[in-house]
Amino acid sequence: MNIFDVVGPVMVGPSSSHTAGAVRIGNVSRKLLGEEPAEAKIGLHGSFLATGAGHGTDRALIAGLLGLSVDDYRIPDSFSLARERGLHFSFHPVDLGENAHPNSAKLELKSRSGRELEVVGASVGGGRISIRELDGLEANFSGDYPTLIVHNLDQPGHVAEVTSMLSHKGVNIATMQLYRSGRGGYAVMILECDQEIPEEGVKWLEHLEGVVKVTYYSLL
Amino acid sequence: MYKTLREIEEDCRKENLPFWKLVQRDDCHEEAMSEEDSFEKMRGIYRAMRESDERYDKNLVSHSGLVGTDAEKVRLRREAGKLLCDDFTGHVMERALRVAESNACMKRIVAAPTAGSCGVMPAVLLTMQDRFQFDEDRMVEALYVAGGIGGVIAQRASLAGAEGGCQAEIGSASGMAAGAAVYLLGGSADAITHACAIALASILGLVCDPVAGLVEVPCVKRNVIGAMNAVTSCDMAMSGIRSRIPPDEVIDAMKSVGRALPEELRETGRGGLAGTPTGVEIQKKMHGRQEKS
Repeated sequence: MNIFDVVGPVMVGPSSSHTAGAVRIGNVSRKLLGEEPAEAKIGLHGSFLATGAGHGTDRALIAGLLGLSVDDYRIPDSFSLARERGLHFSFHPVDLGENAHPNSAKLELKSRSGRELEVVGASVGGGRISIRELDGLEANFSGDYPTLIVHNLDQPGHVAEVTSMLSHKGVNIATMQLYRSGRGGYAVMILECDQEIPEEGVKWLEHLEGVVKVTYYSLL
Repeated sequence: MYKTLREIEEDCRKENLPFWKLVQRDDCHEEAMSEEDSFEKMRGIYRAMRESDERYDKNLVSHSGLVGTDAEKVRLRREAGKLLCDDFTGHVMERALRVAESNACMKRIVAAPTAGSCGVMPAVLLTMQDRFQFDEDRMVEALYVAGGIGGVIAQRASLAGAEGGCQAEIGSASGMAAGAAVYLLGGSADAITHACAIALASILGLVCDPVAGLVEVPCVKRNVIGAMNAVTSCDMAMSGIRSRIPPDEVIDAMKSVGRALPEELRETGRGGLAGTPTGVEIQKKMHGRQEKS
């Protein structure tokens, strides 16, 4: 926390968690998709569902998917902006279970070129967020750091490959998490870094045997 | 970030520097930011506050229909010379409503410390600048004073209604504004911290009971009491009145009171005004609308 978290942020109202946080979930999802979204099916859970319309949570999520920032005047008009930009969207109620944060949304996204992504994001207070699920696999990152997400087969050596690449590129790891669907199944590693990862490093990972998908979330 | 107001005050004495400078220096050190960049960023925050007031739209009503257009009613009565309040406090009241209503209507505001309490600081600070013609740098310095106070409250207690009730939002905003107002009037570091303590102590225990869970009723009107409370707390501290309980202990009391509040009264939209028959009815109507949309 710094002084600009106390006196700030500058944001479109009415709620840091239901509006600003929702914009951020949209922003991070857009970057994770890596392309202009063309289709978005959005499930609202808990308090997002109960008070979302009154807080503009729906318009905030769409604004975020369009790349608007939390202080953009156009957030209330994001639905018409989405129509202009060819983003088709719909909302539905969703129950993500007891363990899900009350301010959660599930976004099923498709880009124009057909790239697909499923994200579950939670707004955890004061406009801060946490991405809780990516393509059905558990995750936990804030979008405050450059983040590398690697989906791979659960076999020895992949962590070493990724960390040696980062070491080679002079990138320091801030946090690292590992999850898997089951022994020998699919695994995901999520690394929050202190520096941006060069594009060729990310590309190199994509070509490794056993690596299924590489997603890079850049702050740039 | 400083963890006690006492430490800031002691450093002011030891280093013979103003309150705002110590807060700024401490934050810049932690964030590895230059003091110049930090100051310009804070200037942007102050300008955004000014803009949030200027861009008020008197015809706008919130999505739920529960709030909007009230600040204009105060303006008309103020201009007719009919308010009980004098011109200064009349403006404070009107501004608190203007900015808080703007927030509910999805306009741009500065969350200071939160979106729900965004009307308090601009109501006090902008109106003081208009009256005394302080230059912009001085207003930016006042924001550091407010930020330093808010930082201590955030660490010792909370700035979130869901954790500490409305006292954590409107109360904190009020304490921050009171301290900033004392700074603008040239008060000592001691007076700054005691203005904050008086403000917090005066609305200790305020519950967070938003109707239908929205940042509208009673949040918008509570911005007025937060701003007015800051003005009177500033005047008391500038008159030489001191809080009998040390400021840091008042903040600790706010934390324990927040903990003792039942969940119904911590932003769940169940207790207090939200739990009244009318509050419940509004909530049902809003929920029905959500399912249809």
